[in-house]
Amino acid sequence: MSAVGTYFYSIFHSLYTVVVGMRITIKHLFTCSATVQYPTVKMKIPERARNRLYVNIDDCIGCDQCSMACPVDCITIDTIKSTPDVDLGLTSKNTKKRLYIPRFDIDIAKCCYCGLCVWPCPTDCIVMTDVYEFSEFDRKNLIYSFSNMTAEEITDAKERLKKYDEEQTAKKAAIAAAAAAKGAALTTQPPPKPESPVS
Amino acid sequence: MLQPPTLPTNYTVKQGHIKTSTGKTIRTEEMIINMGPQHPSTHGVLRLEIVVDGEIIVDCIPHIGYLHRCFEKHCEHMTNYQQVIPYADRMDYCSSMTNEWAFALAAERMLKIEVPERVEYIRVIMAELQRIASHLIAVGTYGIDSGAFTPFLYTFIDREKILDLFEITCGARLLYNYIWIGGLSHDLPPKFVEQAQDFIKYFRPRLKMLNDLLSYNEIFVKRTANVGVLPKDVAINYAVSGPQLRGSGVKWDLRRDDPYSIYHKLEWEPQVGNGEMGTVGDCWDRHIVRMREMEQCLNMIEQALAGLPEGNVKAAIPKRIRPEKDAEIYVRTESSRGELGFYIVSDGTASPFRVKARGPAFVNLSVLPEIAKGGMIADLVLIAGSIDIVLGEVDR
Amino acid sequence: MEFIQTIFANELVVSILLSLLPLIFIIVYALVVLYTEMKVAAHIQDRVAYMRTGWHGLLQPIADMLKLLQKEDIIPDKADKLLFRLAPIIAFVGTYAAYAVLPFSSIYIGSNINLGAFFLVAVGSLVVVGILMAGWASNNKWSLFGGVRSAAQMISYEIPTAIAIIIVVMITGSLNLQDVTKFQDGGIGNWVVFGGPLPWLQKLMLMPFTIITFFILFVSSIAEVNRTPFDLPEAESELVQGFNTEYSGMRFAMFYLSEYANLFTVSAVGVALFLGGWSSPFGSFMSGPVWGIFWFVAKAYIFVLIQIWVRWTLPRLRVDQLMYVSWKVLTPWLFACLLSVGLILVL
Repeated sequence: MSAVGTYFYSIFHSLYTVVVGMRITIKHLFTCSATVQYPTVKMKIPERARNRLYVNIDDCIGCDQCSMACPVDCITIDTIKSTPDVDLGLTSKNTKKRLYIPRFDIDIAKCCYCGLCVWPCPTDCIVMTDVYEFSEFDRKNLIYSFSNMTAEEITDAKERLKKYDEEQTAKKAAIAAAAAAKGAALTTQPPPKPESPVS
Repeated sequence: MLQPPTLPTNYTVKQGHIKTSTGKTIRTEEMIINMGPQHPSTHGVLRLEIVVDGEIIVDCIPHIGYLHRCFEKHCEHMTNYQQVIPYADRMDYCSSMTNEWAFALAAERMLKIEVPERVEYIRVIMAELQRIASHLIAVGTYGIDSGAFTPFLYTFIDREKILDLFEITCGARLLYNYIWIGGLSHDLPPKFVEQAQDFIKYFRPRLKMLNDLLSYNEIFVKRTANVGVLPKDVAINYAVSGPQLRGSGVKWDLRRDDPYSIYHKLEWEPQVGNGEMGTVGDCWDRHIVRMREMEQCLNMIEQALAGLPEGNVKAAIPKRIRPEKDAEIYVRTESSRGELGFYIVSDGTASPFRVKARGPAFVNLSVLPEIAKGGMIADLVLIAGSIDIVLGEVDR
Repeated sequence: MEFIQTIFANELVVSILLSLLPLIFIIVYALVVLYTEMKVAAHIQDRVAYMRTGWHGLLQPIADMLKLLQKEDIIPDKADKLLFRLAPIIAFVGTYAAYAVLPFSSIYIGSNINLGAFFLVAVGSLVVVGILMAGWASNNKWSLFGGVRSAAQMISYEIPTAIAIIIVVMITGSLNLQDVTKFQDGGIGNWVVFGGPLPWLQKLMLMPFTIITFFILFVSSIAEVNRTPFDLPEAESELVQGFNTEYSGMRFAMFYLSEYANLFTVSAVGVALFLGGWSSPFGSFMSGPVWGIFWFVAKAYIFVLIQIWVRWTLPRLRVDQLMYVSWKVLTPWLFACLLSVGLILVL
C-alpha cells in the first residue's frame, strides 16, 4: 500500500477499533458488577478450605508427627511421659494415650497454611478450619496455645514422672546390685588351681 | 570474581552539542534516571538504572535481589523432600502449579517413581489452568502498563473462576501444595469436571472480547508493534524460553520438544509470533502469543477432562523418600514463563544436599538491556512488561 | 447584572459577586464529576466503588476534599520554593479565567467581550506555564519529564483547537461566544454542527465538514486536558504521577480541581460553538434564561461523560505518536475543512 493509502487506512482503522473497544465498555457499564461486598456479604468457603488450624487436644497423643512435618517449624510440642498408674484415657480412635502434653503451641503468624501437618496425624486431631478472619492487634496473641494443663498439673506430672523414674532406677539398681552380689559371691572364691602335672 | 553489571562510580554522562541554525550551540547531557524498586509498573521490586539522552535510552541496567528469600538454602534444611513443595510454590507465585510439578517431576525421576495415569491427567489439567491464570495476569498488567485500565479488571474476574476451581480441589487459592512427589494431595472433588467445563464455555468468548478490547486496538498496536524487537538468534543466544522465545518466531515448546507426562497424547500446537503487526519478535508478537496460548490451553483441558481415567491419586506416594547417595538430576518443564528447571543433588539423606532452580524469568530478564537500547522510556515500560517477569522467580 | 445592582448599590461589589458565581459552580461541579467518574469507571470495570460513606458513597467526594485539605504541606528540600508554590495557582488561574467568557445563559455571561473565543485560546496557555513550572520546581527527574511532555503536548494541540474555532467563526461571523450562541438559537436544525441556520443547500454541503470539525475539536480538547489516551504527562504507569508527583494536600487539590474544571471548559466551548450553547434543541419549548443554564450544563456534561468513557477504554499514546496525531492528522484535516467551508460559504 502506498504511503497515502496507509495514512488513510490507519486513520479509519484506528477509529474503527476505538469504536469496537468503546462498544465493549459501554456494554459492561450496564451489566451487574462482580463485586461481593465484604464484610456485609461473605462468600461461601468450600469444604476443603485451608485456613486457621485447630487442635483437638483431647485427641492428641503427642507423637510429634505434625511438628516434624511442618516446613516452617511453627508447631512446638513438649511432652511428659505418664506413669503406668495413671489412666489418661482413650482417643477417639480408641488408642491409649500415654503422654501428657504441657505445651502445644502453634505460631499462626509463621504458619504457611500448606496443610502438611494434617496428613500425618494418626488421630486426625489437627485440622484446618474455615476461619479466615483472625487478625489481632498484638503479635503475641497470634501464638495459639492448645494445651489445657494447668501449672499445678504440669508440676504434678513432672513430679510423678521423677518419682517413678527414681523408683525404677532404684529397682534396677537393687536388681543389679543383687545380681552383682550373686555374681560376686560366685566369683570371690578363687578358681580351682589346675592340677600340676606329675612330672 | 564476576561483578554484576553496574555503572562505574566515575561514570561521566556524555555531553553533546547541537548547533542551531542561528549559529549558537546548545549543550546537551545524558541523564541517569532510576526507575526504582518502588514503581507502579516494574512488576515487583525491580530496579532499572537507565541512562537517557532526552527520551532515548542509551543504556539500561537491571538490579535485582530485592526479593531474595534463600529458597535454595531452605531446601537443604528440610526434613524431607515433600516439605520443599510449599517453598517451591512461593518461587513464582503467579504460577504455582507449574513450580510444584517441576520439582515433583525432578524428585520422581531421581527416585524412579511411576505415577498413575489419573495423576498425570489431573496434573496436566491443573498446569494448563494455571497457565491461563498466569497469562491473564500478564495480559492484564500489560494493559495497565500501556494505559488501558479496564482489561485488568476483566482478566481478574476470569481468574477468580480459575482460583475457585483450585479452591474446591485443594483448599487454597494461590499457593497450593497440591502436586506431591508421587501423586497429589487430594483427588478431584465431585463437581470439578462440571465446573471446569462451565469455565471453558464461559472463557472462550471472553478471550475474544479481550482481543477486541486490547490486542487489536490500533493504539495498543501502535505502542507495541516494532518495539523491543528480539531477533531469533539473539533470543537463542541469551537462552530465552517460553512465550518470549516463541514470540521471536522460534517454535520451541518443551511440552512438545522434550515431552513429559501425557502431552504427547493431546492435540495442540505451540503458538509462534509471525510479525503480522510489525516485526517478528516485537512486543505485540509476545503479547499475542500469550493470548493464543490461552486458547490452546483451553483445548488441552477439554481433551484431558474428556479422557480422565480412574485411579488412586495417592497410590505411588512413597512412605519414605531416601534417594541413593550422590544421585543428581536436572529436569526441565515448561512453566508459564518458560523453561523451569530443577537440579537436585542428593547425599543419601532425607533432605536434599543442593537444589538449584533455573528460573525462566531470571534468564528472560537478562535480555532487557539488549532490546531496550534505542527506544524511549515509554517503550521500556512496555518491553519490561512483555517479558512478563515475576520477581519471586527472578530472585528466588 | 442590573437586577443584582438593585440590591447592592456598589458596582465593584456586584462584579466581584458575579465573578465568584463560576467558582461556586466549579466546586459543586467538581464534587459531582469526581463521584461520576469513579462510579462510571467502576461499573465499566464490573465492580462497585464508594459504597460506604453515605448511601452508595454520595458523601465520598466531600470526604476526599476534606482529606486533601487537612494534609501536611510538604515541600521538597531542594525544590524551587517560589515556583513550587506558584505553579498550582497559575494553573488554576488559567483554567478559571476561561469561565469569564462562557455563556451560561442568555442573561449571564461573565464578560461579554467581542474576542471571547480568542481569549479562551490565550488563557489556555497559562495552564501550560503552570504545569511546566510544577515539573521544573519539583527537583525530580520524573516530574521534569512530565512537565516537558505536557508543555509540548498542550502547545501542539492548541492549533487544531484554534483552527476549529476559526471555522465556526467563518460560519457565524463573530468571535463573541454569546453572539455565536444566539446565532444558533431556534432548535436543533440551527446548530453549527449541522451546518448552521443557512439555506438548505449550503447546509447540506457544510454538514460533513462541520461534523468532522466538531469531532476533531473534541479529540484535541481531550488532549488539552491531559486525559487518556493523551495523558502521558501524568502517565501513572510510567511517571508515578508525572508533574504531580511531589505535590500533596491542598496544592494537589488545586491541580486536580483545575483538571476537572478544564474538562468542563473544553466541553462547554465545544457545546457553545457547535451545539447551540444554552439554546434548547426544541426551539421555543423549554427555553428561557433559566432553562438556558440547564441546557448548557447538561450538554457539556454529556461530553464530560463521553470523555470519561473514552478514558477507561483506550490505552495511551506515546509522546511521538501524540505529536504525529496532532501535526499530521488533525491539522491537515482541519485545513482541508477550513478551505472547503470557506469555498462553500463564498459560493
